[in-house]
Amino acid sequence: MTSETMIEMSSVHKWFGELHVLNDINLKVAKGEKIVICGPSGSGKSTLIRCINRLEEHQRGEIVVEGTELTNDNRSVEKIRGEVGMVFQQFNLFPHLSILDNCSLAPIWVRKLPKVEAREKAMEYLKRVQIDDQAHKYPAQLSGGQQQRAAIARALCMEPRIMLFDEPTSALDPEMIKEVLDVMVGLAEGGMTMLVVTHEMGFAKEVADKIIFMDEGQIVESKNPTDFFSNPESERTKTFLSQIL
Amino acid sequence: MNKNIMPPVIEIGVVGWLRKNLFSTWYNTILTLVGLYFIYLIIPPLLSWIFFDATFSGTTREDCTSSGACWVFIKQNMKLIIYGLYPSNELWRINIAYFLLTVSIVYLLIPNLKYKGIVGIFLLVIFPIICVFLFSGGLGLENVETRLWGGLFLTLVIAGVGIVLSLPIGIMLALGRRSKLPVVSLLSTIFIEIWRGVPLITVLFMASNMFPLFMPEGVNFDKLMRALIGVMFFSAAYLAEVVRGGLQAMPKGQYEASQAAGLTYWKMMGLIILPQSLKIVIPAIIGSFIALFKDTTLVLIIGLFDFLGIIQFVGTNPDWLGFSHEGYVFAAAIFWVFCFGMSRYSQRLEKKLDTGH
Repeated sequence: MTSETMIEMSSVHKWFGELHVLNDINLKVAKGEKIVICGPSGSGKSTLIRCINRLEEHQRGEIVVEGTELTNDNRSVEKIRGEVGMVFQQFNLFPHLSILDNCSLAPIWVRKLPKVEAREKAMEYLKRVQIDDQAHKYPAQLSGGQQQRAAIARALCMEPRIMLFDEPTSALDPEMIKEVLDVMVGLAEGGMTMLVVTHEMGFAKEVADKIIFMDEGQIVESKNPTDFFSNPESERTKTFLSQIL
Repeated sequence: MNKNIMPPVIEIGVVGWLRKNLFSTWYNTILTLVGLYFIYLIIPPLLSWIFFDATFSGTTREDCTSSGACWVFIKQNMKLIIYGLYPSNELWRINIAYFLLTVSIVYLLIPNLKYKGIVGIFLLVIFPIICVFLFSGGLGLENVETRLWGGLFLTLVIAGVGIVLSLPIGIMLALGRRSKLPVVSLLSTIFIEIWRGVPLITVLFMASNMFPLFMPEGVNFDKLMRALIGVMFFSAAYLAEVVRGGLQAMPKGQYEASQAAGLTYWKMMGLIILPQSLKIVIPAIIGSFIALFKDTTLVLIIGLFDFLGIIQFVGTNPDWLGFSHEGYVFAAAIFWVFCFGMSRYSQRLEKKLDTGH
């Protein structure tokens, strides 16, 4: 691939106390690339994507997002957070605001969009995830799947260039997983750069350009889906695949 | 077939309720009867004293000949009780404030009116500024020294200042205590713990008697002002801990979602975290306000005559000796009305702000 690099992580390390949660992570993400990260729990996959928008701080190495290096300088953090949208396992919608306000809040207060414009755009994205009819309800009145779709719309309203998904379907009832995955597939087809931590291997097969397997803070395997499933190199990947497939 | 069958009478209606709640077992029956006996002992004589046998009209103690309460005492001293020693021809200034306060509060209590935000801001920001000039003088108004302030007026001034100023200070202290900057956190903690560790009565004594010792000679800092600052910080320290409780109840995800959306610290706090955490602690905040309202009576010990103080004071007037019961019952009733009002308002607010999470 020759297109521009969106994210570059080089020799990134992170410790939680004594625990080495990220151990020499090197990762390059090109524009429009979709990367699925999987691995056993505690392998550091969530921490990895949370380092990209500075929800976690890395302690060694370098992370560059769209040409801006992540440092302790608040301006670099704010700039990167403006470009990177995130969707959480627990949705994390703001329960005291309506769905519409959830979506228009950051565009109004961070992007300084006029209120009317921000709301129009929010409705547009809510329509895209097919919950525009729920716009005036509060999060608690929606089903899990609807809440997660609202959370995706909320992230999209900032018009991010990169989307991070941290186990977006793990807290959902089985029958709601598909509606969320469908939205994500649509987003991928639209050319968004995506990093997705998930165990949904069907989604990985369909969408991913690259699947990364992590264990004990390291990237163990990094391949395109066909190779990843048909001929994994490491024993740990094989064991993991045999357990979840 | 049996569509219209009703539950047995024994389970519903008055009889059912009585059976279930008052006479369900033999010991509940005894408790109910004992309770009824006490109500019989207390309520009828109390009502007779307050209403049926009481004297409402007249001008002197000689008019009170019945066995009930002598409300003439309250009536004749009403001016003192409401305004303190404020000069008679300046009372209109306080009346304007009472009027504005009542109108704004009533406006805020009527559901579904527009511009409530504006009225709220008026009440919390503009109204206090107007009051400063109205009460103490300036801008062409004659100066009225604070030693003449008293009665219900003074109680409302102290409670009002305490309530309006202590909440924002308390919020800042709570945020400060949870700050990642060690100096800010340490200073906030020290401030909070010092004020919480000292009884209000001591705070007032120190404000009144010790504070002047530290001031250079000739500098005279108004006594009421000192008491107000004491009450304000004292209440702020308690509110800080209440608010901190609310902040701790916030799930981490709310912080993360705000940060991921690019909100800065103050926007995150102001738009996402505080609105939710303050809502959780509304009952505790109003509880603190109620406590503050009643604690204002302690200013008596530094020689300020608040509502309760002035009632005690008029009771020592030789013309009205022996009517302190009426005074205390009246004071209790007024305090109760204010505190119950706040309590009810807190419940309404909770219901109104509930979004089901």
